[in-house]
Parts: sequence; structure tokens; C-alpha cells
Amino acid sequence: MAHATHDAKPASQPTRVERAFKDAFIAALVMLGLSVPILALRTEQNMSNEVILIPRPWLVVICCLIVFVGRLLLGLFVFNRAPGAKPLVETPTAVKTAWAKFAPYAAQVGLGAIIAYPLVALYLGGPQGAIKWIDNFGIQILIYIMLGWGLNIVVGLAGLLDLGYVAFYAVGAYSYALIATKVIPATYPDLGVWAFWICLPISGILAAMWGVILGFPVLRLRGDYLAIVTLAFGEIIRLVLINWVDFSGGYAGLSSIPRPSFFGIPFNASETGFAARFGLEFSPIYRTVFLYYVILVLALVTAFVTIRLRRLPVGRAWEALREDEIACRSLGINTVSTKLTAFSTGALFGGFAGAFFAARQGFISPESFVFLESAQILAIVVLGGMGSLFGVVVASIALVGGIEILRELDFLKAIFGASFDPTQYRMLIFGLAMVLMMLWKPRGLISHREPTVFLKERKSISSSLVQEGHG
Amino acid sequence: MEVFVQQLINGLTLGSIYGLIAIGYTMVFGIIGMVNFAHGDVFMVGAFIALIFFLFLTTWFGWALIPALILVLILGMFFTGLWNWAIERVAYRPLRGSFRLAPLISAIGMSIFLSNLIQVVQGPRNKPVPPMFTQSVPLFTENGYTVAIGYKQIAIMVITVVLLAVFWYVVQKTPLGRAQRACEQDQKMAALLGVDVDKTISLTFVMGAALAAVAGVMYIMYYGVVNFSDGFVPGVKAFTAAVLGGIGSLPGAVLGGLLIGLIETMWSAYFSIDYKDVAAFSILAIVLVFLPTGILGRPEVEKV
Repeated sequence: MAHATHDAKPASQPTRVERAFKDAFIAALVMLGLSVPILALRTEQNMSNEVILIPRPWLVVICCLIVFVGRLLLGLFVFNRAPGAKPLVETPTAVKTAWAKFAPYAAQVGLGAIIAYPLVALYLGGPQGAIKWIDNFGIQILIYIMLGWGLNIVVGLAGLLDLGYVAFYAVGAYSYALIATKVIPATYPDLGVWAFWICLPISGILAAMWGVILGFPVLRLRGDYLAIVTLAFGEIIRLVLINWVDFSGGYAGLSSIPRPSFFGIPFNASETGFAARFGLEFSPIYRTVFLYYVILVLALVTAFVTIRLRRLPVGRAWEALREDEIACRSLGINTVSTKLTAFSTGALFGGFAGAFFAARQGFISPESFVFLESAQILAIVVLGGMGSLFGVVVASIALVGGIEILRELDFLKAIFGASFDPTQYRMLIFGLAMVLMMLWKPRGLISHREPTVFLKERKSISSSLVQEGHG
Repeated sequence: MEVFVQQLINGLTLGSIYGLIAIGYTMVFGIIGMVNFAHGDVFMVGAFIALIFFLFLTTWFGWALIPALILVLILGMFFTGLWNWAIERVAYRPLRGSFRLAPLISAIGMSIFLSNLIQVVQGPRNKPVPPMFTQSVPLFTENGYTVAIGYKQIAIMVITVVLLAVFWYVVQKTPLGRAQRACEQDQKMAALLGVDVDKTISLTFVMGAALAAVAGVMYIMYYGVVNFSDGFVPGVKAFTAAVLGGIGSLPGAVLGGLLIGLIETMWSAYFSIDYKDVAAFSILAIVLVFLPTGILGRPEVEKV
């Protein structure tokens, strides 16, 4: 790392080091001020439920030291460098050319890996060990990829910041749960095994309808106000689900929701079950693998529709709307229908994902549809690079998978003590990642966009060239 | 009538707390045009700082209630101001001039970070404090129901009025207030005329956080309990108040806060307590959609 300092003039070096030390000292002092009230004393309830304070000075000292060293290193090696100095870590040319050769096949290779994943997990872990890997990692990540791709239509393509996306997820989940547990048994009980396949499109359509209903009042709003109103709508739907007990079961939620069948053949231990029909030994793994492929197909449909829509006039209109709304209007684009289609298409896929979620869990409650969930999906879209499908995949794997892996790391317990639970840092890391990502790369990880229209050859454009208007 | 008067008193108390938080939203929006999504959580951090200092002074050093509260108020304002200063410096200042959604997303990240930080370092349980100022002054009795105003309600309203007077003086009469109003109108021009824009914005954040800290102290005093997730809903309500009053307008924020407080208590008294948050969120949506400039705000014309 030291090579960066050689470029600076020798005369200016001492002042730079001095300045770095001074900055680091001030940063540590600020950290001390920040941590004194919050970190130095921990509030705990004692036996008689009184709050007592437990001092922990070492935490403050450690935090201040970390900030001091971190700020010092930043000051020495990253900030205040002489203009024209080489970047700290330069990607070697060999890596660059290798990546350039690999890049066109990345999607195919990635897709192949995703399709083969459950089989590899089965081969390596056996039927018992594989369930966790397919369910916790595979299905969980794919649900978020699908939600990310759905929200990407609204935020990434149309540029409408939606903080209430989870509302459509909830509409989808509750539609499926209510129809499958109440309507179908009361009307056509024979259709019970087909419940998931009948309700999936209905849930999506209902969610899309809600997308239009909620999208209509917010047509005039833009930017921050739009974000806050969608947040309010998301919260209203959740609060209604909590309070309207007769309809939704309130806090207790809805349980014993039918699980999806293999196109009419249920996954159970009975004679007509999947295992018996195909002459296999009964195991819950078949359902897990099947669910994995169902959500994979749903997610791929989302991606396919997104890619195709981008080439249609409506997709072009979305992207034009994102860049400049006023210019759009003056060119004769109907912003009302453009915005509504974006909302309802995004909501449609949110509804599909919600129906799948309800079918996979077998139980839903308003707890699953809190604002943090919306923020998490938004974080995935933002971190991945708004508008980039591949970026969403990378961000989902990194955020959702990374957290799941954190749970598996036992050696962390050895370092931080047995009571250390990495999962409680989940949202902390999410929040921090959102802030750092905005500071480092406001356009996200994959910030190159494929141009929708090109003259002679396809060139990828750097995000810095894609300026966003204030429309 | 008696229920109405009692709810009026409760509503005005609650409204004072919302109004103090709303000032932080409205000032920041006025000066840099950004919804400081993390402000509700700054309020919650302020409440926690106050809780910890309060317990520190009363249980470790045996201070009496009133001097402890006064010192807690001052310390809380200082340290919460420092928090918001640091947040602005780290998460928002580098994003000035970045693309339009970047500061909002950064603020959402900061909001999640703050509430989870408190959850991790202070634990997820509700933190109760012993009840204080439980006495009240009976006003009148009607139909066998005595309308009373609690000591803490009086304290909250008096502190709010005093703070607002001080605050109004700072914004209207001091060089700092003049710099703030100049930056609000035109940052570039203000900078050309020798106003330190960065410093002014930083101080705006500090002032907003100091008022949020006072609201935090009052919140603990009034409800006697605080939790790491308590920043979100009061934050949204205070933002609603700021928008209702006309975002960017200081008297509007207070007016909006009082209105939201009144609507919330009246709704709980006459309709349904379960749906009081639904009412608040609905008002937010309705105001933003139909009355985006608020009651005292100036209409904004977008130019190309």
C-alpha cells in the first residue's frame, strides 16, 4: 500500500501524516462522545423489573481505538492523496481480460449453477443434510431475488421509489392463504390439491389490482414524498391485517395453509402421495427440491418479463420516466398509464412471491410484512445497482446468504463468547451496508447498464454517464 | 364535554412532543431539501441517552428528581446533537450533489442502523423508569368526572413553549439564524456572500437533534418506558406533522404537531384505539396527496 505515498512531494509529507493523526484523534474523540452515553452503560432489568446500569468501559475503549486506527489508515492511504496518484488496488490486466472473456457467459454459467444447486447439495449432504441448504439458502435467496426483480421494475426501471413493496407481498400471501383455507374447502373441496396452482395467478392479479389502487393516488407525487406515501400505504395494510381479526386472524395470523402439490399429487406419506406414486421412499426432501424449482421458475419468469418489457414501448417509457418526467410528458408519453403499469407489474410479481411464501411456510402473520422487509428488498435493489438484474442476484446472495452463513460460523462463538448470536447483527449490517454503498457507489455494485437502444454495436455505458434528471 | 377537555389536554401534550420532533424534519427539509428519514431514530437515541443519564444520576449518585432532569435535559441535548452531527457528517454530507434518491436511501440505512444499534447495545426489552410527577391539578368536575392536568403535562407544555421562544429568537435574530435562512433560499449565493454553508447545515442538524432529545426526555417522562423500536412511529407522525403544517415552516411544524396530537387522542377517545396509527398514516397519505404544501407552506413551482 505504501507506493501511494511516493507520488506526493516529500515536502508535503510530514504535514499529511500530521494531519492524518490529527483527524484520527478528532474522530476518536467524537467516537468517545458518541459512545459515552450509549455504549458505556448497558441497561438491564433486575429481578424486580427495575432497570439497572452495567458499566462496560472496555467496549468504549475498543470502539475508540478502532475508529482511531481506521481513520488514521484512511487519512494516510485513501484521503488527501496527491492528485493523479495511482489507485490503491489496481485490477491486474490479466484479471480484466479474463473477466472480459467470461462476462458474456456469466448469465449462462450462473443459471446452470442455480439449476444444479439442489442436486449438488443432495449429493454432498444427503437427503437429511441437504434440506437446510436448499431451504435456508436456496429458497430463501430465490424469494429475495424474485422480490428484488419485482421491485426493480418499479424502482430501477421506472424510478419510483417504493417503500411499501411488502404490502403487495402481503396481499399475495393473504390472498393465497384465505382462498386456500376458507374459500376452496367451502366451495370446491375436490380442488384442494390444486389450491396453490389455482391461487397463484389469482394472488398475483389481486396484488396487481392493489398496485393500481395504491398507485392511483400517488401519481402526482415524486421523489421523497412518493417514498413516504408508499411507506404509509404499506403500514396501513399491515395495521389493518393486525386489527381486522375476523378477516386475517390478527397477530395470530393464518395457519395450516395448504402446501403446493406436484401438479395435483400431494407431497405426503399417503398411498397417493408423491413418494408412493413414483415408487420412492417418503422424505420431505422432495417437496423442498420441488419448491426450489417452483420459485426458480417464478423468478426466471420475472426476469424474462422484465427483459422483454424493457424492449417494448412501455419499458422504454419507464426508463424515460426515470430519467426526466417533464421531458417525458412534453414528448407525449402518458405518465399516468406508464406509472400505473410499473406499479401493477411490480406488484404482480410481489403477489406471486407472496403466494409462494405463504405456501412454503404454511403459516403467515403480519410479523412477516413489516417495514424492515420493504427496506431489505430495497437494499437488495439498491446495492445490486438499480436496474441491473444480475446485480440483484449478487446482492441477494451477499446479503441473505451472507447472513445465513454468519449463523453457521461456530468459530465466531469461540471469539466473542458462547452467547454471541450473529443473527442479531443482521439488520445492523443491512443498515450500515446501505449507507456505505451510497457513499462508495451510489449506483450499486453492477452499475453498468446495457443500453436499450443502440446504433451499430452494443456498448455498455458507465453509470456515471447515466445522469438522473430531477423529474 | 369533560372527556373532550381531558382529551384536549392530553392531545396538546402529545402534540408538543410531536411538534418538537417535527421541527427537526422541517428545518432539514427546508435547508437541504431532504427527508431525514433517520430523525425519528435520532429521537429514540435521544430518549435512550436521557434514560441512561437519568438512571446514572438518580441511582448511582442519588440526585433529586428535578436537578437530575434538568441536567439530563442539557446532557441529552448535547449528546444527541453530537450524534446527529456525526450522522450528517458521515452519511449525508458526502452525498450532496449525488443523484436524487441517494440521501434518502442513506437516511433509511441510517435509520435501520440506529434502531438496531440500540437493540444490540441496550437489549431488545422495554426499558421502564419509575413513574415521576404523578400528581395532577384538578380543573373542574362534571358528571362525576374530574378533568385534571398532570404536573408532567404542565412541565411538557411549559418546556415546549420556552424552547420554541428560544428557538424562534435564534432563527430570527442571531447571525446563525440569518445564515440558516440564507442557505434555505440559495445555498450557492449564501456561500458567495461568505456564509459557511457546511457549518450552517451541520448546526441545523445539531439543533434539530437537540429538540428531538428534549422530546425524548418528555417521552420518557410521559410514557415511562422506551424501546429501541420507538423511533419509527413517532418519527412518521412527526413527519406527518411537518408536512401538514407546511414543510419548511417552523410555526407550521408546531401547529402540525399539535393537530396530529389532537387528532390522535380524539380518534382514540371517540373511534377506536386500535386504528389510531392507521389514522395517522392515512392523514399522512391524504395530506401528501391533496395538500402537499401544507397549511402554512409556500407552493413550490418546479422549473425545468
